[in-house]
Amino acid sequence: MSRLKIRFDELAKKGRKALIPFITAGDPNPEFTVPMMHEMVNAGADIIELGVPFSDPMADGPVIQRASERALEYHVGLRKVLSFVAEFRKTDQQTPVVLMGYLNPIEIMGYEEFANAAQRAEVDGVLTVDLPPEEAEECVALLRARDIDQIFLLAPNSSSERIRKMDSVGSGYLYYVSIKGVTGAGHLNTADVEQKLTQIRENTQLPVGVGFGVKDAETAKTIANLADGVVVGSAFISKIEKNLDNPEQAKIEMIELIKSMRQAMDS
Amino acid sequence: MTDMYNMPDERGHFGPYGGIFVAETLMPAITELNVAYQRYLKDPDFIAELDADLQHYVGRPSPLYHAERWSRELGGAQIYLKREDLNHTGAHKINNTVGQALLAKRMGKTRIIAETGAGQHGVATATVAARLGLECVVYMGAVDVERQALNVYRMKLLGATVVPVESGSRTLKDALNEAMRDWVTNIDDTFYIIGTVAGPHPYPAMVRDFQTIIGREAKQQCQEMTGQLPDALVACVGGGSNAIGLFYPFIDDASVKIVGVEAAGDGVETGRHSAPLCAGRPGVLHGNRTYLMADDDGEIIETHSISAGLDYPGVGPEHAWLKDTGRAEYVNITDIEALEGFHALTKLEGIIPALESSHAMAYTMKLAPTMKKDEIIIVNLSGRGDKDMHTMAQREGIKI
Repeated sequence: MSRLKIRFDELAKKGRKALIPFITAGDPNPEFTVPMMHEMVNAGADIIELGVPFSDPMADGPVIQRASERALEYHVGLRKVLSFVAEFRKTDQQTPVVLMGYLNPIEIMGYEEFANAAQRAEVDGVLTVDLPPEEAEECVALLRARDIDQIFLLAPNSSSERIRKMDSVGSGYLYYVSIKGVTGAGHLNTADVEQKLTQIRENTQLPVGVGFGVKDAETAKTIANLADGVVVGSAFISKIEKNLDNPEQAKIEMIELIKSMRQAMDS
Repeated sequence: MTDMYNMPDERGHFGPYGGIFVAETLMPAITELNVAYQRYLKDPDFIAELDADLQHYVGRPSPLYHAERWSRELGGAQIYLKREDLNHTGAHKINNTVGQALLAKRMGKTRIIAETGAGQHGVATATVAARLGLECVVYMGAVDVERQALNVYRMKLLGATVVPVESGSRTLKDALNEAMRDWVTNIDDTFYIIGTVAGPHPYPAMVRDFQTIIGREAKQQCQEMTGQLPDALVACVGGGSNAIGLFYPFIDDASVKIVGVEAAGDGVETGRHSAPLCAGRPGVLHGNRTYLMADDDGEIIETHSISAGLDYPGVGPEHAWLKDTGRAEYVNITDIEALEGFHALTKLEGIIPALESSHAMAYTMKLAPTMKKDEIIIVNLSGRGDKDMHTMAQREGIKI
């Protein structure tokens, strides 16, 4: 059974919702990442989404684009990211780690080599923004054979038919992108999210995480009341960007944000 | 007739290449586009409107011109130039923008976006948007905004908003990224006019179909002028829209040799080039699987070419397929060789070619002397060189 399944089952039993922070691996420098992953867990994160830096992040807004650029200055690519996960696993065997990024690094490595490397590093899920289910068969089969979940995105304009498609191809959880746009843009509308989640739930039993537009403890709480998981990305990475000359301060502010979200979600 | 070339399949695959690799929010828009395209492709009213625009607005058919003096000088094959430089706005790009804009109008879209490198596609898009009264936003890498100032001004005159893109390498690929971001944000009212045979299906097939007017005319003109098929076709390949437009109607004519010319920049061996078919590897970028310039981590490598229009790390997926199957051959030409082609055509025929097209001219200078005098090469003169005067003057140390 995958760590993601175990984690969502545990949370459901406790009546808790998953807090899923996202950081770009290697941002603001390679030494920051693994200690920060542990800090996130200590502060209340249930699952970690680890961004694989890519030179052409087409679905990302400026905050995550710049995070990618900073990491690439240190040449943090897919192999390095896998080594971060392996390092993290030395002292944390429980917390699921999901790699989030674009398809090309995986294509260039080769699907089978990637699946083997991800298994060795004990990665739990892979979310590839530009890999729709129609093109994903080969990758999904290789990952599933190794107990790694392929996670798919749903959008506000996804039809019921598409939701069922994601349900049949994907596993672990589904990630609902709450706004039409890039990461970090706009404000999510609670009523819209609620309505869409009703439609999603009618078509899948998989847990549903919601992201894009979760900015603070208050939105995290609102989303936690509706979904199974809350994903926080740009708001989190903004703390790094604000403190580029002082990564320790960034870490402190990131921990504070997670704690405040955790508290709001559990209250 | 079972071996007739018939690509792509219904999900947009050219063998392993092509396909649809986009974020989920774009999927409904791409499906909508594909449905509309399949429908209007067979709609006599749409075809009639398109044909009328191509004739009266673009100025088609473009001539097929026998470059006799240049052919004699090279001492081999007879060279015929397909004069896409004579189209309205000065390049082949408008064949496609006229088609996509008519489609946008039929689909009820009110806003047009586009990416541009050299600015030719941006100008061609701004032109048709002005004519149809559609809002137009063009994304252009900040580096290109600087080196193609004239085209930026043209787009502004035509009423388009030009957005300089400051992310990444600040060139064409980044303009494409930014256009994708705009599209995903404004998906309901916006039509994205992609300028080349890349992007998610149906773009590579659709842009090709709008550009095949080049090859269809050339085939007919060649028959009329010489009574035979050409022996070789030569065209430059960045994304590859002018090339596929010329090549496509000849794919089943096995006697016709097909050659695509990529930009070797400082030379393929230096790593500073834009030649993914010659020196890249298959990967996924901008919605399709194709040959790319990427490093071992899958990060996209910056490209180099004197011609902004060829300065792109990918290439249309159909070219990837034609390369793998051996139906077409892909070669490369350096900046310096391209300049020789530029000067040769200018001095011997009185035609100033675009720097992109100059790559095709330079390869023709190598190919023609190896062929017999009664053999025929058709070279696509995809655009005129006016936009490059500044680059040329600067390179030769002249201030204008």
